Amino acid sequence: MDFGFLTQPAFSGGGTYLDWVFSGIKWTLLVSLCAWVIAFTLGSVLGVMRTTRVWWLNLPATAYVELFRNIPLLVQMFIWYFVVPEIVPKALGTWMKQGMPMPEFWSAVLALGFYTASRVAEQVRSGIQSIPRGQTHAALATGLTMPQVYRHLLLPMGYRIVIPPLTSEFLTIFKNSSVALTIGVLELTAQARTISEYTFRTFEIFTLATVVYVVITMAVVVLMQLLERRVRVPGYIGTGK
Amino acid sequence: MFRISHLFAAIAAAGLLAAPVQAQELTGTLKKIKDTGVVKVGHRDASVPFSYLDDQQKPIGYGMDICAKIVDRIKAELKMPNLKVEFVPVTSQTRIPVLMGGNIDMECGSTTNSVERQKQVAFAPTYFMTGTKIIVKKSSGIKGYDDLKGKTVVFTQGTTNERAMKAYNDEKKLGINFIPSKDHAESFLAVDTGRAVAFPMDDILLYGLKAGAKNPNDFEVIGEFLSDDPYAIMLRKDDPAFKKLVDDTVSGLYKSGEINKLYTKWFESKIPPKGINLNFPMSDGLKAAIKNPNDTGVGACGKMKC
Amino acid sequence: MFSNFDFDVIQRALPYLWQGMLTTLWLTLLAMVGGIVLGTILALMRLSSIKAISVPAGIYVNLLRATPLILVIFWFYFLVPIAIKHISGDSYAQGIGPFHSALIAFTLFEAAYYCEIIRAGIQSVPAGQVNAGYALGLTYSQATRLVVLPQAFRNMVPILLTQGIILFQDTSLVYVVGLTDFMGAASKVAQRDGRLVEMYLFAALIYFILCFLASYTVKRLQLRITPPR
Repeated sequence: MDFGFLTQPAFSGGGTYLDWVFSGIKWTLLVSLCAWVIAFTLGSVLGVMRTTRVWWLNLPATAYVELFRNIPLLVQMFIWYFVVPEIVPKALGTWMKQGMPMPEFWSAVLALGFYTASRVAEQVRSGIQSIPRGQTHAALATGLTMPQVYRHLLLPMGYRIVIPPLTSEFLTIFKNSSVALTIGVLELTAQARTISEYTFRTFEIFTLATVVYVVITMAVVVLMQLLERRVRVPGYIGTGK
Repeated sequence: MFRISHLFAAIAAAGLLAAPVQAQELTGTLKKIKDTGVVKVGHRDASVPFSYLDDQQKPIGYGMDICAKIVDRIKAELKMPNLKVEFVPVTSQTRIPVLMGGNIDMECGSTTNSVERQKQVAFAPTYFMTGTKIIVKKSSGIKGYDDLKGKTVVFTQGTTNERAMKAYNDEKKLGINFIPSKDHAESFLAVDTGRAVAFPMDDILLYGLKAGAKNPNDFEVIGEFLSDDPYAIMLRKDDPAFKKLVDDTVSGLYKSGEINKLYTKWFESKIPPKGINLNFPMSDGLKAAIKNPNDTGVGACGKMKC
Repeated sequence: MFSNFDFDVIQRALPYLWQGMLTTLWLTLLAMVGGIVLGTILALMRLSSIKAISVPAGIYVNLLRATPLILVIFWFYFLVPIAIKHISGDSYAQGIGPFHSALIAFTLFEAAYYCEIIRAGIQSVPAGQVNAGYALGLTYSQATRLVVLPQAFRNMVPILLTQGIILFQDTSLVYVVGLTDFMGAASKVAQRDGRLVEMYLFAALIYFILCFLASYTVKRLQLRITPPR
């Protein structure tokens, strides 16, 4: 294996092939992080909604989770990118295709974010539901209202319990961001393919891309283990797995 | 990866053990075909009229017809009248690795013979001459390449047209916003739905896409040639026996004049699935290439320096 | 809103889409069976007390779980045949075609995920059960085969099936190597006829119905086989 080609000037746009790799990493991280903001926020709200006994909170959240969990990510990505601009009012559709900057990027972020939100919602729900019901009853008996029980008991406990599964959801988003290449986002996997096309160094560049994914994954795992150790709930070790 | 390669080696070895012994003097692709009893033909989805899917989703076209002649020749040469033919879809981006990995034995489509690609693969004699132009919507007001300044242009990943357009953009500093797509049909739809204003591609394929559109009159193919693109069947490199068989078959079609019949069938008659007629008479360049069959490639960046 | 859409295009394409669906189902089924078999072996390896056995299995599982599926599919379709040619010194690369490459990629990829599910399942069988087996004179392999695995699999069936539904969805990614699975067929028709909206919505609907029914069935099954506490 010879990685010397990475420092050669790239075919187009100035820069070297190494710059293409970095640009790929940048877009992979941007897609993943932006999608995670959506997935985490929306997923948390939906997850909490599903734990309530109020039907008009519970039902829409359940419907959302079932809908977004049961359609493949690739199909959802195509729908955001190819279908949505055609079925919204014409002016908006035209803006989405021509006026909006980076339509492929935002389509990927929305698709990945809304898809993963359904999975995050399930993790949050099961985290909250793993807290023994007696604790809620005890809290209610001390005179707290239900919203207060969520704020002071269920949410703080629930989030500490679901850190490990949420870490693995983040890593899933990170890996799934490669699906964005199908709608033209030049993230890491797409850049690896493009570079292999221009340099014919397929082995080297695919190896490099794989190593980058593995290294970032390991870094996230180590960081989250540190966090987990600090906020761990005594007596709940391992329950989140 | 080590264990995985072993698994594959085991599969490959199992295939070799099952192979008939009489194939020993053969090498390369011919040996592969003899051993496996299958010839794998790579085709495209939307390279009208070279290699595309008809309404039964069967691959057809000018290139496919020529490849059928090559398959006949292989059958005769290897004395395998019942040789199985397997059709494998490829895209502009997958064709070279798929060929090198042995997933196809020849690619019959719309591949430009470029010097760059000759480092990786070999080519049969040129069977069509075309070059890069762009397709735009008439309503867009685009009259030439320089009108593309700051606009969005879609390209099919892995094509010579991508390189020609990017080289032009770099040289003229047009600041074009490029979006990649997987195959020609998808690129054309990007123009049709207004996501991009132009699609640089070999002109003949653009005429094919235009003719097959819902409203052909909405589109026009414009511009000077940004590159010359001689098309040829693509083969694996360093496989002289198979290349000779293919070269002989193609030159044979040229010598016998049979090529003219094939040309008329695909370029000057109604073709499936919609019965359109491209009305595209044979160019002088192609006539010369038929007179003197050759596999000379062109530079990587079209008419620009790179 | 849908006035200028042509939903007949779906009806005309149904036979082709059905062919694609068969490819999808075969790929899912074979990769699932292969993944569970290989995943069981990997899980037993990871639980082994011999480092030379557990460490390689651990590396394999963590490597595959850290790599995007699309990248794995590319590796197998493009690169592995060429690697074998170099290793074996053959005069040609023996490509095995998009379906078989995808099948192997999915099997090896899913095995890593199945391994972790099965490992957890095995660990959930109380150690006393194994010791009781040993006390009856069973060997390690007998105890594993007759005592541990049957109980572990019984508890795991719902999770294994749920992973199978995820696999079914993931097979749509073979789109990137041009294989005509259900999604590949839908996108080919969509692009040829310029009917992206109709075809992609239809594909979404079919995937939704199948996955929803499957996960509902798994949920029912789970209620039935969960041992009473």
